[in-house]
Amino acid sequence: MTTKQLESPLYESLQAQFEIVSLQDQNAQTKGYREQAMQQFSTLGFPSIKNEEWRFANVLPIVKTSYEVSANKNAQISEEAFAQARTLINAHNEDILPKLKGEQKGAYRLVTVNGVLSKELSFLPEMEGVTICAITDAIDQPGFQQYFGKILTLENNAFACLNSALYTDGIFMEVKANTTLDMPLHIIKVKLAADNALFQPRNLFVLHKSAELQVIETYISDAGSEAKVLINSVSEIALEENAHFYHYDIQKGHKNIRKIQRNEAVQYKHSNYSNYTFTFPGSSFTRNNLAIHLNDELVESHLYGLYLTAEDQLVDNHTEVHHKKPNGESNQLYKGILMDKSKAVFNGKIFVYEDAQKTNAFQQSNNVLFSEQATIHAKPQLEIFADDVKCSHGTTIGQLNKEALFYLQSRGIGAESAKKIMVKAFAFDVAEKIKIPALRSYVEEMIVEEMSHKA
Amino acid sequence: MLSIKNLHASVEDKEILKGLNLEVKAGEVHAIMGPNGAGKSSLASVLAGRANYEVTEGSVTLDGKDILELSPEDRAREGVFLAFQYPIEIPGVSNINFLKTAMNEIRDYRGLSPLTAKEFLQMSREKQALVEFDAKLVNRSLNEGFSGGEKKRNEIFQLAMLDPKLSILDETDSGLDIDALRIVSRGVNKLRSENNAFILITHYQRLLDHIVPDFVHVLSDGKIVKTGGKELALELEEKGYDWLK
Repeated sequence: MTTKQLESPLYESLQAQFEIVSLQDQNAQTKGYREQAMQQFSTLGFPSIKNEEWRFANVLPIVKTSYEVSANKNAQISEEAFAQARTLINAHNEDILPKLKGEQKGAYRLVTVNGVLSKELSFLPEMEGVTICAITDAIDQPGFQQYFGKILTLENNAFACLNSALYTDGIFMEVKANTTLDMPLHIIKVKLAADNALFQPRNLFVLHKSAELQVIETYISDAGSEAKVLINSVSEIALEENAHFYHYDIQKGHKNIRKIQRNEAVQYKHSNYSNYTFTFPGSSFTRNNLAIHLNDELVESHLYGLYLTAEDQLVDNHTEVHHKKPNGESNQLYKGILMDKSKAVFNGKIFVYEDAQKTNAFQQSNNVLFSEQATIHAKPQLEIFADDVKCSHGTTIGQLNKEALFYLQSRGIGAESAKKIMVKAFAFDVAEKIKIPALRSYVEEMIVEEMSHKA
Repeated sequence: MLSIKNLHASVEDKEILKGLNLEVKAGEVHAIMGPNGAGKSSLASVLAGRANYEVTEGSVTLDGKDILELSPEDRAREGVFLAFQYPIEIPGVSNINFLKTAMNEIRDYRGLSPLTAKEFLQMSREKQALVEFDAKLVNRSLNEGFSGGEKKRNEIFQLAMLDPKLSILDETDSGLDIDALRIVSRGVNKLRSENNAFILITHYQRLLDHIVPDFVHVLSDGKIVKTGGKELALELEEKGYDWLK
């Protein structure tokens, strides 16, 4: 049974926002979609911890906060926000560059400030076959008409409903057939808030036949601000035949950031979707939902996750892999390092449908508790309806191997550096999956840096 | 160099070492033999500072310095080296980076500047050749997927690199075929000098054909019950340990 948790000031302001957004929306496709989503949300309400899917991620304190909800379509970035965003991006770059060890090969850059795409702060590809624009400007694009709202599962996903009903911004990206973006696209999402704020970005990535794309997503927020920011984001992703998408999501934010996101992908024959969700200490609440639909034969999906958690942070990763057709392969590797009083959840579902013979589906979740007060909930969930499949899952929860630490120490390596070496080694086999060398060294440096705060 | 006096140590309140005495001088090689459960490996663990051993009585000094008060890493930095009976596999840590970190931490402790990449590489090449350690293994993850013999040879390679005062070889010969045993022994013999000392913990006289000890001690029930020259090992091989009890 779910308690709806609808009687909150937030719900009322969301209702009010919906009326405005709905009035503003003149497009039949999206308007109808919004109404349907709002309807579903009203039925579902916010999930309580009695809802199995949200057992360890209590959203009650989050939805009790009141947020300013912006209902402004086509909002402009104010001069102040622009200047502040530029300063933050420069600082961010200065922070990143020393970690790249001369491996920077360059990347395109897409900057959004509170959801609004800033062309001035961005460095976008000017390539035939690559379309990038605000989602609200994408209505006439073929990729939008084909896929928008058709990938995301609204059923039993209250936050996804909310996003679908109320999104006002986000990114649309379409890569035409046989087109490869020559450099990774780095999406920097700048969140600035003087008062508590709710952002609901909505993204859609469409990769047509044999297209290839690398995207790195990062957040920047204002460390000085006390305002609480809730981000409820949704990305829909379509990979047509033989498309390849390497999708990196580097999550690092300040304490006042609370983040709920759902990325949902559909894949067709010979396509390869690789997702890398790496979460670092910072934002107090992170819930990642990642759902992949292998809708065709011979599809490959890789889900790599790393969560390094600290203080009283919660990081909850829920994955769903739907094998619907034969000869699919999915591989999930999630690793967690938990410090302080932090809490992490890994809930990995694999569904193998009746038709999906010869499926190979693997899942591995390894966790190291670095503190006696840290908690991990790991739950593999396999539902298999085909009889000729290879599926495996494994979960480990442990402390650092004491004998290995002693071995390092017995060679003159101090206890703290021995621990760091071990943690880096533990995280190494996920970090090494990153295909962009500069990004890999950045992530590895960040692991070491975050760990050394704890030394 | 090493002076152990009346050493008592226990694990989980069970006394393992019961008043052990041993003097090792620079330039010497001591073999410690004895039946299973006599406390041989425990002695090695206590000297290296393994956490679950508690010293209840006695003293251990290295060149006059009390090492029992030191952390395992500081003992290593003072010049104690334990070649593990079961070297640990650590995936994701490269052998060479591990050694570089170890050497530089030891150098730092001794007030020396870190080795340059070039110096380190040169030294690593020399020592690999000296102890016949395969260059391909140097760049792999620490002991990961190494055969038993390769692991033991890696211990000797590390020993050569770190150049300790006192080396304790804990059953380094166990599980080695005769070729590997010869290579390991040759390495140790090349590393022997007037300035360092070795303690060989072993079950078998076989090792001592290759590395000839100056003294052989029999450890039984937590104490050294007999000490002799290298010929004692032969006698033990023939008669076993029962006659000593």
